[in-house]
Amino acid sequence: MEKLYTISIFTENEPGLLHRITTVFTRRHVNLESFTASQTKVESIYRFTIVVRMSYEKVIKIVKQLDKIIGVFNAFLHQEEDVVHQEVALYKLPTSTLVNGKIEEIMRENGGRILSVEPDFLVIEKTGKHNETQDFLEKLQPYGVLEFARSGLVAVMKRNYSLEKYIRKDPEEQVEAEATA
Amino acid sequence: MSTFTKTRENAGEDTSQHQLKTVTGAEAVILSLIEEGVDTVFGYPGGAIMPVYDALYDYRDKINHILVRHEQGATHAAQGYSRANNRTGVCIATSGPGATNLVTGIADAQIDSTPMVCITGQVPSHLLGTDAFQETDVISMTMAVTKANFQITRAEEVPEVMAKAFYIANTGRPGPVVVDICKDAENGTLEFEYKHCKNIRSYIPVPETDSAMLDEAVKLINEAKKPFILAGHGILISEAEQEFLEFVEKSGIPVGCTLQGLSCIPTNHPLYKGMLGMHGNYGPNIKTNECDVLIAIGMRFDDRVTGNVNKYAKQAKVIHIEIDKAEINKNVHAHVPLLGDAKAVIQQLTPRIEKKTYPDWLAEFEVCEKEEFEKVIKTDINPESDMIHMGEVVNMISKMTEGKAIIVADVGQHQMAAARYYDYLEHDSWISSGGLGTMGFALPAAFGAKLAKPEREVVAIIGDGAFQMTLQELGCLSQHDVRVKVVILNNHFLGMVRQWQQLFFDRRYSFTELTNPDFVKIAEGFGVSGQQVMERKELEDSLKKMLDFQGPYLLDIRVEKEANIFPMVPAGAGISEILLEPAQ
Repeated sequence: MEKLYTISIFTENEPGLLHRITTVFTRRHVNLESFTASQTKVESIYRFTIVVRMSYEKVIKIVKQLDKIIGVFNAFLHQEEDVVHQEVALYKLPTSTLVNGKIEEIMRENGGRILSVEPDFLVIEKTGKHNETQDFLEKLQPYGVLEFARSGLVAVMKRNYSLEKYIRKDPEEQVEAEATA
Repeated sequence: MSTFTKTRENAGEDTSQHQLKTVTGAEAVILSLIEEGVDTVFGYPGGAIMPVYDALYDYRDKINHILVRHEQGATHAAQGYSRANNRTGVCIATSGPGATNLVTGIADAQIDSTPMVCITGQVPSHLLGTDAFQETDVISMTMAVTKANFQITRAEEVPEVMAKAFYIANTGRPGPVVVDICKDAENGTLEFEYKHCKNIRSYIPVPETDSAMLDEAVKLINEAKKPFILAGHGILISEAEQEFLEFVEKSGIPVGCTLQGLSCIPTNHPLYKGMLGMHGNYGPNIKTNECDVLIAIGMRFDDRVTGNVNKYAKQAKVIHIEIDKAEINKNVHAHVPLLGDAKAVIQQLTPRIEKKTYPDWLAEFEVCEKEEFEKVIKTDINPESDMIHMGEVVNMISKMTEGKAIIVADVGQHQMAAARYYDYLEHDSWISSGGLGTMGFALPAAFGAKLAKPEREVVAIIGDGAFQMTLQELGCLSQHDVRVKVVILNNHFLGMVRQWQQLFFDRRYSFTELTNPDFVKIAEGFGVSGQQVMERKELEDSLKKMLDFQGPYLLDIRVEKEANIFPMVPAGAGISEILLEPAQ
């Protein structure tokens, strides 16, 4: 059965790694639902968060192939309940929509906030789950949404994860360090 | 069995001198190769790689460069070299078309886990992405078919990247690595210091073996009634032939080899039961679906081995010994995955298993062997028809070389004949394109193998179709006097495709018949001696003459035009539905 899975990948910051990661999906003809990348708390290490819709049997093989890439420290497969996650969405509307006060009410009810007001347009921001930003979009549509953009999903894991543990030390150095300790 | 122990040359030791020398990036490439113990490279020069070739000129005494006739030949030669002695094969090409011509061989090395480092020239870094002359994005292009790849834009990066490339190529599950060097990095200078790479912080070459799983495996093996071993290429890569033999002899368990696992155990061993898969032997396929414990070592359950996976070994508990985590449960569910290097895992298993024999179980294999002999083998090696058969040629070569040659087979019917009818009595004796099925592989791979093992007889067995894909490499054989014996099994057809057309496409021979040139004349044109064999009565003498000849030699043997390779597991069928003759 196909469902949404979130994959977290911790990697080196090297040119080409993104391509190598996407190749794993492309060669299996898999479309990505969302994709984000950012630095982790360790400056030189990056994380990719990818959402795909597929069966467990297929996605687990993909995660193993990702984990195998040189430059990838770890790839994790998450179910919905394993992570805390959010997306951010931006909504551009005509400034004139502010006049009747309705927009402000919808914004308050849905936890949106105004980022910017220009003579012709304003930009509202909302952070939330995918369905929340989607609901908000549908509520704003009657007022003439000019532009809409949503980020990919960002997620942190509920489980304890020590990135340092997965950085492989030179086995010889490690032996030396233990011997001198 | 004394020939079955391995002596391998060690790759270069750390010999870096402490006085740093200022060199160009190009010279640093050559010095890095020397540091890695490379003595032979295969390549083809061109604009963007010229500084490296110029640097190589000063090191001709240390590195033997073979000028191939097409870059694809360089990759296959490097693969043949690597497969014959387990060292990393090296090839060099220029940017653009030079690099793209490598791609087939790189993909071949990737799928057959062959360690290879490919050095490609690249346009100067300031021209990257500008569609400069002979620019291709070789990094993107090879991403999907390499274990890793690197682009060097500054001379100082050369030693570190080269060290990483060699480390990655030949550790863990081996594979090809591309190093793409911009011309300005070749011309720039650096203080050369070489440190062998021993660790990459995001790379675990050999995963740890789970001791609970080991216990589980020992228990399953000791309690098995009808166990069966599937022996793969991983045994050869891990140089575990001796350990494997001890394991087999103590356990008393029969063995089937994958195509790429051939020669990991002598084929005349009483527990060796034949080859697995689509054109493998009858017994090993049938018994895979009757065994109770299946012990797979260093193999990946390729679809040519499993047939329809939904009908594959469903009754068996599967123990899978494998170095690559991603292979576990990829095609066939492993009840007991044993991660790790084949040699190390076998060494841990052997002391703990009971010494056993399985006379009744082995007798079941014999029944299959007899049936296959009567229906297939007998007529393959002693045909009643006038025309020569592929099987009888291979069988004769096997007898004449006493099973000690390195057989390099191309892809197609002749490949299956070579796999089935040669008695592999020494390890590392089978070199062929298994995973990718690359036609044109054998001729260049054979001269690579011969350069790696000059003391061994190297016989290339090639179909008339495959031969014409890389025949220009005959030029290398004669220019460098590489004494490969080339046997063309010539049926004027793309035989395997024709066989499928006959069996599954109602004999509609769509573009598979070939009008061939005179191969002997072509060989002569390249300065390689040869002979045509039209009739059976000439066969033995011609083969003898070929083997005795002091130099490369080519035999063009005319074989039965429309013979088929059996047994055969039809595509989509389960392996126990293997056919010994065409279905009625």
